[in-house]
Amino acid sequence: MSRGAQLEAFLARVPFAQTLGMRCEIHGDEMTAVLPFQDKLIGNAAIKALHGGAIGSFLELTAMAQVFLLTELERPPKTIDLTIDYLRSGQAEDAYARAYVTKLGRRIANVRCEAWQAARDKPIATLHAHFLVQQRSDGAASP
Amino acid sequence: MADAEKPDHLEIMKTFAHQMINVVPWAKELGFELTDVERGRVFGNLTWSEHLLGDPEAGVIHGGVVTSLLDNLCGAAVVSAMTEFQSTATLDLRIDYMRSSEKGRDIIGEAECYHVTRTVAFARAWAYHDTRDKVIATATGAFALNDPKRWSSGLSRAMSKEGKA
Repeated sequence: MSRGAQLEAFLARVPFAQTLGMRCEIHGDEMTAVLPFQDKLIGNAAIKALHGGAIGSFLELTAMAQVFLLTELERPPKTIDLTIDYLRSGQAEDAYARAYVTKLGRRIANVRCEAWQAARDKPIATLHAHFLVQQRSDGAASP
Repeated sequence: MADAEKPDHLEIMKTFAHQMINVVPWAKELGFELTDVERGRVFGNLTWSEHLLGDPEAGVIHGGVVTSLLDNLCGAAVVSAMTEFQSTATLDLRIDYMRSSEKGRDIIGEAECYHVTRTVAFARAWAYHDTRDKVIATATGAFALNDPKRWSSGLSRAMSKEGKA
């Protein structure tokens, strides 16, 4: 099974990824995540804007997926910290995201991620995060 | 901030605290609610549920759920700190994950707005099971204060329409 297929199979088993309703379009080691619009993603019913937490979750999952794609991890990488910048309010429409692994270290990955809607050059939010990518086998910490 | 002045919207927030999930669909989907509102400080509760898991084997709730809870609570804390109702938008939010949540346990969220300027408010938040001494995650963020005339009436409309139970 290709790493992309493994990622898809993995996401299908993560309940929260299903709750969010995101999917990944994978082309080799490149991936675009898609978040189809659903009413439940709304944070402000008055102005029909996406919830900041829904956008943040989408960015975080996209970043995790990209790390998963580039590594041989069996479990999802653990988030250490993340910063989300909200640039525009998320409209009631589909959103897309791409993540870039700035540095993949032995233990820690530094990742940036960007989400947009109608126009790629008008991002709605960006994320900067660190993930723990240390492999664990037999429950013990690996080198 | 004059505490003596009657903070009308704070009373409204307290009254509608448990109704928040009716105007915030994402909160309803994830199953969290505002449990207490004070001036500049709010508390919330997230009910543990299978559909929130990031790691199904370990029963650990996904970080995105915690992010959603803390973002929402920070925003609510900012609104509660105002003497007059103002809407807010998250400018940025930083989350630090200290430890995994425990299987089957609800998560308590607490947020405080610790500084307000004319245009921006600063808030921080904690997610934990028992006490703040053993946090699952912390958050800190900056929130833009919007012109209330833009949509505050829209929020009241949404509250009166969907908030009645």
